[in-house]
Amino acid sequence: MKTPFAITLDVGSSLLNKTGSWRTERPVYVDRLPPCNNACPAGENIQQWLFHAEEGDYEQAWREIMRNNPMPAIMGRACYHPCESSCNRAQLDQAVNIHAVERFLGDQALRHGWQVEVSAQSSGKRVLVIGAGPSGLSAAYHLALAGHDVVIHEAGPLPGGMMRFGIPKYRLPRDVVDGEIQRIVDLGVTLRLNTKVEDIPATMQDEGYDACFVAIGAHVAKRVDIPTPDASRILDAVSVLRDMETESEPPMLGRRVVVYGGGNTAVDVARTAKRLGAAEAVIVYRRTRDQMPAHDFEMDDAMEEGVVVNWLRTITSMDDTGFTIEKMELDEDGWPQPTGEFETIEADTLVMALGQNVDTSILENLPGASVKKDGVVEVGSDMMTGHPGIFAGGDMVPSERTVTVAAGHGKKAARHIDAYLRGGKYTPAPKHELADHGLLNTWYYTDAEQTVQPLLDDIRRQTTFEEVTGGLDESNALYEARRCLSCGNCFECDNCYGVCPDNSITKLGPGKRFEFKYDYCKGCGLCAAECPCGAIKMVPEEI
Amino acid sequence: MSYQQVKFYQTGTLTVGNRLLDEQQRTVQATLDRSNSLDSGHRACQGCGEALGARYAIDAAMRAADNQLVATNATGCLEVFTTPYPESAWRIPWIHSLFGNAAAVATGVAAALKVKGREGIRVIAQGGDGGTTDIGFGCLSGMFERNDDVLYICYDNQAYMNTGVQRSSATPGAARTATTQPLGPQPGAEFGKGKNVPLIAMAHMIPYVATASVHDLHDLEAKVTRAMLLHGARYIQVFVPCPLGWGARPADTMKIARLAVESGLYPLFEAEHGEIVNVTRLRHRADVEEYLTLQRRFAHVFKHPEQLQHIRAIADQNIRKFGLLDAQEGVAR
Ligand SMILES: Cc1cc2nc3c(=O)[nH]c(=O)nc-3n(C[C@H](O)[C@H](O)[C@H](O)COP(=O)(O)OP(=O)(O)OC[C@H]3O[C@@H](n4cnc5c(N)ncnc54)[C@H](O)[C@@H]3O)c2cc1C
Ligand SMILES: Cc1ncc(C[n+]2csc(CCOP(=O)(O)OP(=O)(O)O)c2C)c(N)n1
Ligand code: SF4
Ligand SMILES: [Mg+2]
Repeated sequence: MKTPFAITLDVGSSLLNKTGSWRTERPVYVDRLPPCNNACPAGENIQQWLFHAEEGDYEQAWREIMRNNPMPAIMGRACYHPCESSCNRAQLDQAVNIHAVERFLGDQALRHGWQVEVSAQSSGKRVLVIGAGPSGLSAAYHLALAGHDVVIHEAGPLPGGMMRFGIPKYRLPRDVVDGEIQRIVDLGVTLRLNTKVEDIPATMQDEGYDACFVAIGAHVAKRVDIPTPDASRILDAVSVLRDMETESEPPMLGRRVVVYGGGNTAVDVARTAKRLGAAEAVIVYRRTRDQMPAHDFEMDDAMEEGVVVNWLRTITSMDDTGFTIEKMELDEDGWPQPTGEFETIEADTLVMALGQNVDTSILENLPGASVKKDGVVEVGSDMMTGHPGIFAGGDMVPSERTVTVAAGHGKKAARHIDAYLRGGKYTPAPKHELADHGLLNTWYYTDAEQTVQPLLDDIRRQTTFEEVTGGLDESNALYEARRCLSCGNCFECDNCYGVCPDNSITKLGPGKRFEFKYDYCKGCGLCAAECPCGAIKMVPEEI
Repeated sequence: MSYQQVKFYQTGTLTVGNRLLDEQQRTVQATLDRSNSLDSGHRACQGCGEALGARYAIDAAMRAADNQLVATNATGCLEVFTTPYPESAWRIPWIHSLFGNAAAVATGVAAALKVKGREGIRVIAQGGDGGTTDIGFGCLSGMFERNDDVLYICYDNQAYMNTGVQRSSATPGAARTATTQPLGPQPGAEFGKGKNVPLIAMAHMIPYVATASVHDLHDLEAKVTRAMLLHGARYIQVFVPCPLGWGARPADTMKIARLAVESGLYPLFEAEHGEIVNVTRLRHRADVEEYLTLQRRFAHVFKHPEQLQHIRAIADQNIRKFGLLDAQEGVAR
């Protein structure tokens, strides 16, 4: 070895020194479950579709929604967005306006006519779906995509269920409902309207179905007895809202309308009454505002439109000019108790919005099926009733009653029906650990306030059925998508790659994420601490 | 601001990269082909801010100089942990001489390159705060005074770390070091002593002076790049936490640097020819306590409110003096 004067060794690289041996903890990349995804009743991968939207790839974003939910334009309007209630960004400034972006994507799809294609081979199996509400439609969509032959029997004259006959059009325009349903039908689903199923096994036998999904909703209005000389002046909310869609003339409600109940349906009827020209629309509710099941944002909208609410009141009787109502008071347990104090209010009609029951008659004689005491139908975790091959979901089974839960049930049932038809069992992938707010390094997120959707002006809100809430345009939908923190999943910000003092992270290139060089990683934990979204976990080394 | 700050797009320019930004708006560190001038296998402690700051700065300088770079290095951790003979973690032409003469050696290298007509090759001198503000100060001042074509980078970890945490003239008041032990009301390092070398450098009227912090990579790279565009004597001082010497968790290096800046204790600015041309406004103003609690070298100040008060007053003064806040309290420009 020939070396220069006074040099005894060749120069070597520090790469010979494997500093990985210092480590007591090792960083590992993980994927965590974002709280929005966790909260979505339809199981949408919200973060993933926002990710595509962030890059301006709206079609890809829409396709990602469509993997789980076939009605983004409807959901972006009607869904009560539990995703936003659990969004980690709410702890920073405000939640990401997820539903507004979803609506934007859904509307883009309708505008551009984006379609999905069935790529699965035909299974040769036939499935009967009863009811064309969100649950039945969602099941039909997923079953069709899985290669089954699907026929929907719908009792009503038009499809959509409560999306058409419940939710008023100022919240959910009918061209949106029609557009998204048509896209499902276009997959090759047969939709038979005005076709009420009375006997499930007989229908299945007659037409050779291999499985059935029942989603008939809950349409029977609950009522209370109120003594009255003129029963025609007492209506129920679901028939009023249904008549809005099916009758050529809107229902006659009169100048002063009282709505009895505290849920979203009560609010919808009161707002509808206002639009039909009622000078007064008064909601009477037994308990307090805090206890009202109606969502705050809907109450706010209603009150802006002039709807008045009388809390802590019950209606005791009705005469020619109006009602007698009794004041209530909360007892220690928070239950309303009568006070013996009475008032009268003048009114032309009373609309009861006290909730709906399921018409369980078609299940009562179904061998194996069991109807619970409160009138809902029992299903297993696979959405199957006690009768093999007959599944059920949506409002008719025990759960929250929303369009999104209904659509989620439809998807879940479709996955199980598919497995059932193929003689297997569907096991959902195990859930990742939740990406809590505490795992984020929020320093790195830019300060960006939530975009507010435009609202129709007050006059038009009180006199027309035009859609109240406007959509986002391209630029603010993009902005809004980019507010997502990507909780728990790498979005390739290069922070780990940058902050490692030991250069022991390999960047694999766009879309491929990163890899640790454990030969050199000393386990300092800087990458994990500086990962904005909590996608790196430190785990103890076995020493 | 030497770079265009991007405030939206998820993480804007706050992260190292960001797929939503144009390539040019990302950092050198985000690229696949960064030079990794200071490579793996070096012997710095876990979470060493100095190792990181040096890779950041030299990689940016390499990019700016088209890889035509020579660096001299004063004695100190950076030299010792990178180059235990015969191994070196440096992937650039690099020379170590003595503790106190990095600036003078760099002057010589620059002169030699000039004589050989190879002025395209740029020269950097680097050292710790001890080597810079104390023993190397004469050489540094001379280099400034002669306006030699050298960029001097000081990695400021606020004490002589390599020999076991002795106080330097960059050690802040109240910091515990091996030579400044707090005792009763005695705060450790005395308040009101030490020197502010960036301001002294400015007094030499040299073309460029800047302070930077290892937590703000975009800013740091922009400053190094700016400095490399200029010729003559230039000085950048980079704040680099030392987990070992400060009694901090290795994983907190970035956080501590961020809090030092956001509390106002370490103002970031740029000056050209003796005049401040840019200050980095605080983004989310932090209280000094947040910064101090993460470091055992300041543990005693929590028992002595007057010491804490003194430190807070220093931060407040910096904020006033350098205009670190906007008209709106605590909001970034
Ligand atoms: C006024 C009102 C407003 C609402 N607003 C919202 C909202 O904003 N957001 C939200 O998430 N949820 C809302 N909901 C709840 C939501 O609409 C329901 O939870 C959802 O529609 C239930 O879906 P489903 O498919 O189970 O039933 P449905 O939507 O009720 O559909 C069932 C369908 O089955 C048909 N059918 C019934 N019996 C038979 C039979 N024997 N044979 C064939 N077909 C049959 C019916 O005609 C109907 O079309 C609202 C509900 C109401 C009443
Ligand atoms: C003339 C001389 N005196 C003392 C030393 C011992 N020595 C080596 S490194 C060092 C401290 C270095 O401190 P600093 O410059 O702040 O660098 P750091 O290690 O903190 O990065 C000392 C005192 C020396 N090498 N040469
Ligand atoms: S003592 Fe401090 S400066 Fe030196 S290698 Fe360790 S962390 Fe880095
Ligand atoms: Mg030092």
